[in-house]
This record gives sequence, C-alpha cells and structure tokens, in this order.
Amino acid sequence: MAVSGAVLVFFLVAHMAGNLKIFAGAESFNGYAAWLREVGYPLLPHRGLLTLLEAGLVVAIAAHMYSAIVLARRAAHARPVKYAAKVRSRADGYATRTMRWGGVIIFFFVIYHLLDMTFGVANPEGHAATPFDRMVAGFEPARWYITVFYVISVVMVGLHLRHGLWSALQTLGLARRHPVLKAGATGLSALLTIGFLVVPLAITFGVVR
Amino acid sequence: MNYREGEPIKDTKAPEGPIEDRWEKRKFSARLVNPANKRKINVIVVGTGLAGGSAAATLGELGYKVKSFCYQDSPRRAHSIAAQGGINAAKNYRGDGDSIYRLFYDTVKGGDFRARESNVYRLAQVSVNIIDQAVAQGVPFAREYGGLLDTRSFGGAQVSRTFYARGQTGQQLLLGAYSALERQIAAGTVEMHTRHEMLELIVSDGRARGVVVRDMVTGEVETHLADAVVLATGGYGNVFFLSTNAKGCNTTAIWRAHQKGAMFANPCYTQIHPTCIPVSGEYQSKLTLMSESLRNDGRVWVPLHKGDQRPAGEIPEDERDYYLERIYPAFGNLVPRDIASRAAKNVCDEGRGVGPGGLGVYLDFADAIARLGREAVEKKYGNLFEMYERITGEDPYTQPMRIYPAVHYTMGGLWVDYDLQSSIPGLFVIGEANFSDHGANRLGASALMQGLADGYFVLPTTIGDYLADAHRFDAIDDQQVAEAEIAVKNRIEKLLSVNGTRTADSFHRELGKLMWDYCGMERTEEGLRKALERIPELRAEFWRDVKVSGVNEELNQALERAGRVADFFDLAELMCLDALHRTESCGGHFRAESQDADGEALRDDEHFAYVAAWESTPDGPVLHKEDLQYEYVKMTQRSYK
Amino acid sequence: MNLTLKVWRQSGPDDDGRLVRYEIEDVSPDMSFLEMLDVLNERLILAGDDPVAFDHDCREGICGMCSMMIDGVAHGPQKNTTTCQLHMRHYKDGDTIVIEPWRARPFPVVKDLVVDRSAFDRIIQAGGFISVPAGSAPDAHATPVPKLDADAAFDAATCIGCGACVAACPNGSASLFTAAKITHLGLLPQGQPERGSRARAMVEQMDEEGFGGCTNTGECTAVCPKGIPLDTIARMNADYLRASRKSG
Ligand SMILES: Cc1cc2nc3c(=O)[nH]c(=O)nc-3n(C[C@H](O)[C@H](O)[C@H](O)COP(=O)(O)OP(=O)(O)OC[C@H]3O[C@@H](n4cnc5c(N)ncnc54)[C@H](O)[C@@H]3O)c2cc1C
Ligand code: HEM
Ligand code: HEM
Ligand code: SF4
Ligand code: F3S
Ligand code: FES
Repeated sequence: MAVSGAVLVFFLVAHMAGNLKIFAGAESFNGYAAWLREVGYPLLPHRGLLTLLEAGLVVAIAAHMYSAIVLARRAAHARPVKYAAKVRSRADGYATRTMRWGGVIIFFFVIYHLLDMTFGVANPEGHAATPFDRMVAGFEPARWYITVFYVISVVMVGLHLRHGLWSALQTLGLARRHPVLKAGATGLSALLTIGFLVVPLAITFGVVR
Repeated sequence: MNYREGEPIKDTKAPEGPIEDRWEKRKFSARLVNPANKRKINVIVVGTGLAGGSAAATLGELGYKVKSFCYQDSPRRAHSIAAQGGINAAKNYRGDGDSIYRLFYDTVKGGDFRARESNVYRLAQVSVNIIDQAVAQGVPFAREYGGLLDTRSFGGAQVSRTFYARGQTGQQLLLGAYSALERQIAAGTVEMHTRHEMLELIVSDGRARGVVVRDMVTGEVETHLADAVVLATGGYGNVFFLSTNAKGCNTTAIWRAHQKGAMFANPCYTQIHPTCIPVSGEYQSKLTLMSESLRNDGRVWVPLHKGDQRPAGEIPEDERDYYLERIYPAFGNLVPRDIASRAAKNVCDEGRGVGPGGLGVYLDFADAIARLGREAVEKKYGNLFEMYERITGEDPYTQPMRIYPAVHYTMGGLWVDYDLQSSIPGLFVIGEANFSDHGANRLGASALMQGLADGYFVLPTTIGDYLADAHRFDAIDDQQVAEAEIAVKNRIEKLLSVNGTRTADSFHRELGKLMWDYCGMERTEEGLRKALERIPELRAEFWRDVKVSGVNEELNQALERAGRVADFFDLAELMCLDALHRTESCGGHFRAESQDADGEALRDDEHFAYVAAWESTPDGPVLHKEDLQYEYVKMTQRSYK
Repeated sequence: MNLTLKVWRQSGPDDDGRLVRYEIEDVSPDMSFLEMLDVLNERLILAGDDPVAFDHDCREGICGMCSMMIDGVAHGPQKNTTTCQLHMRHYKDGDTIVIEPWRARPFPVVKDLVVDRSAFDRIIQAGGFISVPAGSAPDAHATPVPKLDADAAFDAATCIGCGACVAACPNGSASLFTAAKITHLGLLPQGQPERGSRARAMVEQMDEEGFGGCTNTGECTAVCPKGIPLDTIARMNADYLRASRKSG
C-alpha cells in the first residue's frame, strides 16, 4: 500500500510540475509533452520512457488497488458481525470515510481524465490537437462544470493524500522519529492540491488562453 | 459457636541459629529434584496474581509440569493488577540508613508483634532480589534523571524504600509476572486454564493431590491431579461485600481446603484503609481506594457540631474539627491506617459525618492549594483528583473530598509453615491467601513484596524439598477423586434447586453489613455474639430462599456468585469466633474492651502472643496455638501521640 | 431517571443473538454503568430470567475485563474511561442506550456481552516478554535507563488489554495492543536483544489470529482508556520491517 502509494505520489509531483508549465506558454508546454515522448531517444525507442512510466503507473495503480481491496477484505473478515448501533467515530472518522470512498472516486476521475486529456475522446478538441489546446479547450469558461468536476476531484485527491502520506510514513515506521515528516506530509498534499488546481482555474478564468 | 482448644503447633521448618543465616540454611538443606524427574512431576497452581503468576512461571522454568488456573478470562487480570502505591525492598539505594534488618524490624513492629521473626527476616532478604528480577523483566519503575531507580517513603516508614511505577505498581509487576508466565505457556511447561474456578481440593492418602474445577463457560466439572497443589487465590476481604477488592475475589479455594483439613490462621485480622471514596447508595458494588499519599497534603476534618448540614465551604474555620491534628498532634493527618480509620468511624458515630448517610469525612486541599498553588497540587495528585471526580462528579479543587475507611486487605489466611506448606502435606499456600508475614497489620507496599517473594523465590525452593519424594507417593485414590467431584456437583445442584425469592447478592449485602457493623473497625463482645447468632440464621435463610437462575451447563454468573457467597457465610462465622476469642486489641483487630484511657489499642502479650490456627472438624472448630517468640525485636506498645 | 436499554442477548456461540429491550427505572446519577446493569440483573434473576452476562472484575479501570460497546462507542462516551468507571450522570432521563459486545472474529462471543479475548494472550506468548528466568537477574542498578525512555516505555506499558482498540477499529486490527507491548519492551535496554524477533513474532501472531490490517485511522487510540498513543504503531512497523529485512 505504502509503496504503491508512494510511486503514485512521485508521479503526481512530476505531473503537477509538468502541468504548471502551462503558465510558461503553449510552446513550452507542448515542448514538454513532446520531450516526454522523445526523451532517451535514440537510446530508447520513441515514446520509450513514457511507455515505461505509463507501465509503471499502471502497475502501481493496480498494486495500490489490489492492496486496498485486500485490506478491505481482511477488515470484513475480521469483523464478520457488524454492530447494531451506528458506530460513532471518536477519531472524527475522517480517514475511514475518505480513504475508501475517496479512492474509488479518484479512480473514476482518472478514467475520465484519461479519456479527456490523453485519448481526447472526451475532449472537444479531440485526439489530434496539441496537448496545450486540449487543455485550454477542456477548461474553457463555457465548460465550467468540467472545471468544477476537476476541482472536486483534485480536492478529493488532496484529502486522500493528506491522510495517505502520513499513513504511509506511519506504516513504514518513519513518522515517529521525524515529527517534521508528519507536518511535511500535510504540507505536500496541500501544495499538490493547489498546484493542480491553479491550472484549470487559470484557464477557466481566462488567465491562460 | 463453640470451639475446643487442641494441641499447640510449632513451625518446625525454620532452621535454628542466627536469623541472617536461616534462609540460606534452609535453601541448602532443601533436597533437589533431578531435572529428568522434574518433567514427570505435576504441580497445580491456582491463582495468577503476583504470587500465583510468579510461582507458576518459575516452576515452569525449573522444568516442572505446571497447570495454572484463574477465574478471569486472562491471567493478566488477577486482582494484584489494582495495587497502586508501590513495593518495598531493602535496597538502600538512597543510603538513608535502610537495611534488611530495618525492613525486618519495621515489618515486625508494624504487624504489632504477631508475625514470625524468621519469616519476616527472609521476606526482607528476598525483597532485594525481587526488584532485580522485575527490572530485568522490563517493569518500568519510576526513575530519576540519572537513570537510576526512584523510591519514596510510604506508610509511615522513615526511610525511602518503596519502589513504584506511577500509581500502577501492581499492574506493572503483575504484567511482568504474566509475561514470564506466558513465556512458559508458549514453551509448553505451563498449561493455562482461564475461566476455571476451583471448587474443591482433592486429598488422597493425606496429601493434596488435585483440584476439582468448574469450567465457567461450559459448566463442566473437571478434576485435575498432581503431585502438589499451590493455592495463590488472594484475600477474602469481600466477605464484607463492600471492599476495595475486585468483585470476583473470594474465599472459596482456601475455604474448601480448610474444610479438607488445612488450618486457617488469624481469620479476624483485616486491614481497613482510611482513604476510600464513601458509599453513595444502596446499589454500591465496590469501594475505590484513593492513595494514602493524599494525606501528605490534605487535612481531615468534620463539622464541630452534630447534624451540621451546611456545605463545606460555608462552615467557618472555628466550627470545623481537624480531629486527627487535635488528637495526634505529633503525627497529625499521617497516623497509621488503623488509627486514622477508627478515628473517622468515631466522629461519624458521633453524628458528625458528612455526605450521604453521614458516612464520610472531609479531606481538604484548600490549604495545600493556597500554600503550593493549584498547579503544584495538580502535578502531585492530578490523576487521583480526576479519578475522584469521575466517580463522584465533584471537583476536589473547589470542594473538599469526602473519604471513608473501607476493607482493604486480610492478614489472616491458611496457616503455613516456614516452607509455606499448609497443615495438609503437599498443599502450599502463597500470597495474600496465607497468613504468613504481616502479623496483625500489614505495612503499605508490603503485600506485593510478599506475593513475589513467595512466588519467585521461596516456594520454588521449598516445594522441591517436598517433591523430592514424589516418586514414593501412593497412587491417587480414585474413590477420593470421585467423592470430591460428586460433592461439587451436589452443591451446584443444590444451589440451582432452591429456587427461592432472594438473589445471592442481596444475602451477600446483608452479610457484609453485619460483618462491617460487628466485625469491622471496632469489635465488641456483644456485637460479635450478635453476629455469631445472626450468621447461622442468615445462612439457613440463604439455603432456603436463594434464587439462582439458569442451568449449570452454561456461563452462569448468578451461579458463580451464589457459590462464593455460600462460602463467605462459613468464613464469616470463623472470623467472628476468632475475633471474639482474642480479647486484646492488636493491629487490624480492635476490641473496644481492650483500650487504654486515651482510647488507644491495648495489646495483651502475656495471653495472646500466638498465631490462632483453626482446624475444622465435624464437632466444630478446634483452636491450635502457635507461640510467637521474639529474639531480635523487643515487644513494645505502639504510640503515635 | 428512567432509561431504555437495548442489550445484545446471545445464549452461546452458536446462537444468532438479538437486541432485547429493557426498561429500567430510578437509575441514580451516581451509579456506575455496571451498577446499573447489576440492578437490571437482580430483577432478571428474581423473575427467573437469565441475567445479562458481562465481564468485569476490578471495577476501577485497571483489570481490563469490562468490555462493552455502548451506543456504538467502545467503553462509552467518556474519554479515557473504561465501562466500569463510566457513571450514569452522563445520561439523562428517557435516554435509550444500545449495549453490544466487542465485535471481531478473533473475539468470538461467549455469551451476551462476554467475548473470548485469549487471542491477546497468544500474541503475548509469541514474544511479549523478556527472557529472564527467576534468580538470574543482575542488580537493578546495573543498567541505568534514561528517564525519558523509562517514561515513554511506561506510557505504552499501561495498556490493560481490554480490546477496545480492536472493537473500535474499522478494520478490526489489534495493532494498538500489540504495538503497546512492542514499544514498552523495545524502549528499554533490557528489551534490546529480543527486539527484532519479538516484533516479528508478535505481528505474525496477530495476523494469524485473524485481526485486520491497520490503515492508521486512529479510532483505536481515541477509545483506548489508557490513551496509548498512535506512534507506538509506527514503532512496531519500524521494528517489524527492520527485523524482516534482516532475516529476509
Ligand atoms: C486497591 C488495592 C490497592 C493495593 N495497593 C497495594 C500496594 O500499593 N502495595 C502493596 O504491597 N499491596 C497493595 N495491595 C494489596 C495487594 O494488591 C494484594 O494483597 C496482592 O496483590 C495479592 O496478590 P495475590 O497474588 O496473593 O492474589 P490476587 O492477585 O488476588 O490473585 C488471586 C488469583 O486467584 C485466582 N482465584 C481466586 N479464587 C479462585 C478460585 N476459586 N478458582 C480459581 N482461581 C481463583 C484469581 O483468578 C487470581 O488469579 C492493594 C490492594 C488493593 C485492593
Ligand atoms: C485508484 C483509486 C484509489 C483507491 C481505490 C485508493 C485507495 C486507498 C486506500 C483504501 C488507502 C488506505 C490504505 C492505507 O491507508 O494504508 C489508500 C492509501 C493511500 N493512497 Fe490511495 N487509492 C487510490 C488512488 C490513489 C492515488 C492516485 C494516489 C496518489 C497519487 C494514492 C496514494 C495513496 C497513499 C500514499 C496512501 C497511503 C498508503 C499507506 O497508508 O500505506 N492513492 N488508498
Ligand atoms: C487538475 C489538474 C490536472 C490537469 C490539468 C491534468 C492534465 C493532464 C494532461 C494534459 C495530461 C496529458 C498529458 C499527455 O498526454 O502528455 C494528463 C495525463 C494524465 N493525468 Fe492528469 N491532470 C490533472 C490532474 C490529474 C490528477 C489529480 C491525476 C491523478 C490522480 C492525474 C492523472 C493523470 C494520468 C494517470 C495521466 C496519463 C499519463 C500518461 O499517459 O502518461 N491527473 N493530465
Ligand atoms: S491498547 Fe488501549 S484499547 Fe487496546 S487493549 Fe490496550 S488499553 Fe485496551
Ligand atoms: S483504529 Fe485500526 S486502522 Fe490502525 S490506527 Fe487503529 S488499528
Ligand atoms: S472491571 Fe476492571 S477495568 Fe473495568
């Protein structure tokens, strides 16, 4: 769980950094997208590294979901009889509520997101457009509802990470010795959330066009 | 109830010679069992408190085949877990003049010269090893900044020899013993039987050879056989119904053994603790102890005038009676437990008690808060104050605590010799269940010490001497086993079939009240005779009118309780008889007829310097006296004025 | 005050069990929760009914025997308080209280509110000790222990083994209980030689008993009557991972 989660976190950090290039203009952003596809060439084939990355991502997501399911099943096995009274959370129940359902929501978001950005199926500009155009078109002011959907999803991701990052440190036994890490986990998830959010918002509100 | 006097007894196992050498001598003279034979020797240990837990673990380590029993769902829950204050040991880590000899001296004197010198000296010697053992097991005793163990002074001792683990010393020591026990269970040397209650002792050919237990989950009555039986079943303070003991504490195991021939020594010696939270109503199920350390800063008082109903805060200073400071100017609020308890009873009897039913006195921290500041008081007693507030709903920072004495510990128990063997060969008794080391009054922080001394160090040596003969024991008589089992079944059957109109608890409450009134803090001939008249009546009513619901073949807590209450009746009677016959006051036993002009306890060494060991016979109790001789500590009257 | 109780009644492990409703009158605010049940039981016994079976012993919050899920909260509404120390002044006239046993596969119901917690003992058997036979210990002052370590070890050592952590954990995990012991012994110099093997053996036993995995939801520490802190779990994980890496 912690390991697959960590891989996903690294991806997100990189992804956010990439997305922020949008502020540097279309050239730069498209260049970055292209560079992603060419990096390592000719050592690696065209799209080599990207494919590798994608494969890694798929594995991580699969592993992550697999461990989430295993944990949930173990939990169900460990408590075959439910309580009759509604169980009242004493630890504010935040983690329990966000992790499982939040995870599933994120999953659906990612599928839509891929259709939208990567395959362009759900994007007004379609597959042929440059990434920059796709992006700008995706979040144009008229499509504010898409932006809202992204915002909600990204906040979801942030919440997932806020607990997830700390939880991973705890699981790896690190949180104890480095209290700074704990604060860092919250800080990083906040940073990621904001970093992701500015892009669609900027487009919708016309800062980037 | 009439009794007869029998042959005097003598403890023949204590070696002669200088007191410092006796335990060493006994250890050396005790025969050893060869390791190959140990594996074939079975020992039953009933009870998993400090005494039983440590004994079973140690016997397992030595290679015996051990079976251990307790009535709780885990050995870790034995009543020892509740001890708060600490454990004494003559380590003299402070260099404040403590020594084995001084601990020995304090214990003999504190016990009001009714304990054996040899036993007490050994206890003081072994105390040193207990701390080493516990620390090695990982018991997190309080430490100082230098990393060394901290100690405090306790219960009026003038040296600082009490080791403690915050307010949970008993818990931490018990968890140490428990972990050692679990280690042996994993190693296969100890077989653990939780939720099993011992209901009978099996005696064959004059030796203790097993126990009959009831599986408290299925109701199955089982017999377990062995080469020796160790009882470590704790004290019997619950005869009073209300006490600081855990709800399940009972006398059944030792009482059954008594009826099978083991002598019961000094049953009337009970310790009443002065600082407990008072009873709040009829439904009260137990009393909670507040650490004695509170008396270091709290001032005890009651209204000067009878029937003063004003809230504490409205009673002006000159209408308060700080009675301990008034009567005992030298010791003030720090007089020993028995004296503080009796003084509280006296002022309440005068009608000056406070709180519900007028059974309480104030323990006031207003002065301490004014002098030290609230913060300092909070630091020292915060968790105790919290506990008080949780239970009473009152805030002790703004209104004085109410306290009242409660039954806390029983010094009496089965008679044992220096080897901790009872008058039935092969039956060993350790911990609070025996009578051995505290005389007529136990010092604070000495029960934990005794339980662990018995379990880790004394019993494992002395039982070996007995078991060296195990291969020569006769085969166990099946007849005896069958009879014991049938007796248990009949008794259960009888309890279930009465089908009367009162619950066992209601009888227990009534018995407890009777005992508290007549055999409690102050005893009189008249009261004891009244009790001795009433107890048999009550017992008869019980067997005629008790209602126990359900069946045997299930977890049946009503049945468990009824069985325990039934035994308490019999024990209560013996306690009153013992108290009646001892017409002196000593330690925890105060006879109103035996006091000096100031109302202080008056001992009668000429007539009563003996252990009263009672034998149960078909014609009633027989008293055997064991004379106590003091070669090292001179007998003196205690004075705290 | 008058209350309505809905109590889980189950005659044995094979019975399905159900909530049964009882009305109880004249409850005093000074009663403890268990005394309130005593009153109910006295009434049931006299009526020839089966009294409600529940575990309890010390009634002062230290033995860890009492164990009730009260309105969906392990040990009831008061923080850092066992069921036996909960008093009725926290309720008001007319309240309905639902009382259930701990729920976890490794804690099968024995009867009514009584469950079998022997899985905890087996976790301790796996390694929750320091191997030191009686009589073999060096002088207690031979190894000084820094006060802060001793205090932290103590905080973890106060666990009473009640099982509320398991009862409250959405995953039915016994991590807090196990971690408390691993932390207690792992912080002391005496506990070092067996530190790795202890952590491994105890964690493996915990899994074997069928407890769920920890996802760090923190419900356990919130209901723990002794407030065992969550970083004990991090410590357990660290010890466990280190030991697993070492021996592969
Ligand atoms: C509130 C309180 C505070 C105390 N504080 C201190 C202190 O600070 N210092 C100090 O030195 N002493 C203190 N004491 C006294 C001390 O705790 C006890 O005397 C001591 O722990 C007794 O230990 P034990 O091993 O003899 O028996 P217990 O710990 O009582 O163990 C009895 C065992 O026997 C088992 N058992 C009993 N009957 C049966 C049966 N019929 N069948 C099967 N098993 C049975 C039980 O399951 C249990 O395992 C305190 C006592 C109380 C009540
Ligand atoms: C595909 C959908 C997802 C699901 C179903 C899901 C589910 C879960 C669940 C149930 C947990 C809790 C387990 C625990 O705390 O140990 C968890 C933890 C975590 N998740 Fe996710 N998640 C998903 C996507 C993601 C994504 C996209 C990321 C990061 C980019 C991520 C990062 C993490 C991290 C770091 C943890 C903490 C791991 C740990 O505690 O050991 N998850 N996830
Ligand atoms: C709201 C801000 C986001 C924007 C603007 C954004 C934008 C993009 C774009 C433009 C691409 C296509 C890149 C390319 O094909 O070169 C992409 C791919 C992707 N995004 Fe996002 N994204 C956002 C948030 C997220 C989040 C929160 C996640 C995960 C939880 C995520 C997961 C992915 C994945 C898995 C891919 C596919 C990567 C690949 O194919 O290599 N994105 N994103
Ligand atoms: S960790 Fe807390 S809740 Fe869990 S068993 Fe220990 S004391 Fe009970
Ligand atoms: S509630 Fe359960 S999930 Fe972990 S943090 Fe506690 S064991
Ligand atoms: S009964 Fe002992 S902790 Fe509640």
